[in-house]
Amino acid sequence: MEIKKAAVAGTLESSDCMVTVEPGDGTVELDLESAVIRQYGKQIRKVIHETLERLDVTDAKVTVVDKGALDCTIKARVECAVYRSNDIKKGLPWGGVIR
Amino acid sequence: MNPNLKRLRRSMMFLNCQKPGLIKDPYVYAPDSILLDLEDAVAEREKDAARYSLYHALQEIDYRGVERVVRINGLDSDLWEEDIRCAVAGGCDAIRIPKTETAEDVRRVEAAVEAAEKDYGRELGSTLIMAALESAKGVMNAYSICTSSERMFGIALSGGDYTKDLQTTISGTGVELMGARQNMIIAARAAGVQCFDTVYTNLNDMEGFRRDVQTIKTMGFDGKSIINPRQIPIVHEIFTPTQKEIVFAEKVVHEIDTKKAQGIGVFTVDGKMIDIAFYDGAKRTLALAKASGVYKGDI
Repeated sequence: MEIKKAAVAGTLESSDCMVTVEPGDGTVELDLESAVIRQYGKQIRKVIHETLERLDVTDAKVTVVDKGALDCTIKARVECAVYRSNDIKKGLPWGGVIR
Repeated sequence: MNPNLKRLRRSMMFLNCQKPGLIKDPYVYAPDSILLDLEDAVAEREKDAARYSLYHALQEIDYRGVERVVRINGLDSDLWEEDIRCAVAGGCDAIRIPKTETAEDVRRVEAAVEAAEKDYGRELGSTLIMAALESAKGVMNAYSICTSSERMFGIALSGGDYTKDLQTTISGTGVELMGARQNMIIAARAAGVQCFDTVYTNLNDMEGFRRDVQTIKTMGFDGKSIINPRQIPIVHEIFTPTQKEIVFAEKVVHEIDTKKAQGIGVFTVDGKMIDIAFYDGAKRTLALAKASGVYKGDI
C-alpha cells in the first residue's frame, strides 16, 4: 500500500502511542521513541515492521512515540495511520491484512 | 438457542474504544459485561481509529469470561455497517443497537450481523443483539422490539436521550423515568428477554446510586448500565441474593416438591403462606445465586 500523504493516528496518553506515516525515500524508515525502549524496543519495532509488511507498505517514513502501548494498540495505530494516508475508512479487510 | 441469551448481566460497563488504556484490562473490576463503545463516547474524527482498537482488543485481549458487547453507531449514520463488520470479525459476543425505535431497526442490524458472520467465518447465530431504547417511540414499541429477533437478549433504557425526547430532564428522583421503566420491564418479561436500566451519572452521589439500583431491582430489572468501576460492587451486592433469601428459596422449592407429592397445595414456610405460584420465583433466586457464585447447592 502506498503512503499517499502524511497521516497520524493515536495519542500521547498512557497505554497509547502516536504513529505518523509520511511518503518515504524508497524504503521503510522507522523512528521510535519509547519510555520502555530498553526493555521492549525490539518487540515494538518487530510489531511495527510486521504490521507494515502485512499492509505491503515498502516506502514510508514512520515515526512512533510510544507511551506503554500493548502490541494490539501499536498494530491498531499503525493500520489506522496507513489507511488514513489513503483516505480509506470503509470496506476494510478485517481478518485479512488487518489481523 | 444460543446458551448466552440468559446469562448473568447485573452490571454492563461502558468503555470508550477511543481509549486503549480503558479497554485493555476492564476484567480486573469483574463486571458481568462490558459495552465497548463506538458511538457517543468516540469523537467524530476518531470513529475509524476506535474500530482498529476494537478489532485488535477483541482478537488479542483475554477478557476472562466477561461478555463483550459492542455499541455500534446509530442507524441514521453511515458508520454502523462497518462497525458491525469490524465487531463480528473481531469475535464480539453481542451488538448493542442505539436509538432503537422499531422492530425493523433490529431486523436491519440482524441482516448485517448475519452477513458478517458468513463473511468472517463466525458461527451463524453466535452474535447476540440488544436494543437501547432512547425515545418515546422506542419505549412505546418495546414489545415488538423485544420479539423482533431470535438473537435479541434484552433491551436497555437510555435515560439521557429519552428524557430529552420527553422534554424533561434527569431529576435524580427517577420520576421522569417511571413510565419507561415500567413499560420496558413488562414488555421484556412478556417477550422473555432481559431488561437493563440506564446509567447513573453522578459519581459523587453513591447513596443516590444505591437507591436507584435498589429501585430497579425491585421493579424486576436484570441489571444496570454503568460508567465507573466503583459502581460495580454496589450493583452486584444488590442483585445477588442474600443467604437468608437463598435458604428461604431452597425451603420453598423443597416444600413445594414434597407437599405436591402428598397432594397438599397450600402450606406455610417460616410463617409465610406458600403455594405453587412461589415456585418459579424461588427457582429464579437460586439460579441467580448460583450464577453469582454464592450458591453451590443442587436445586
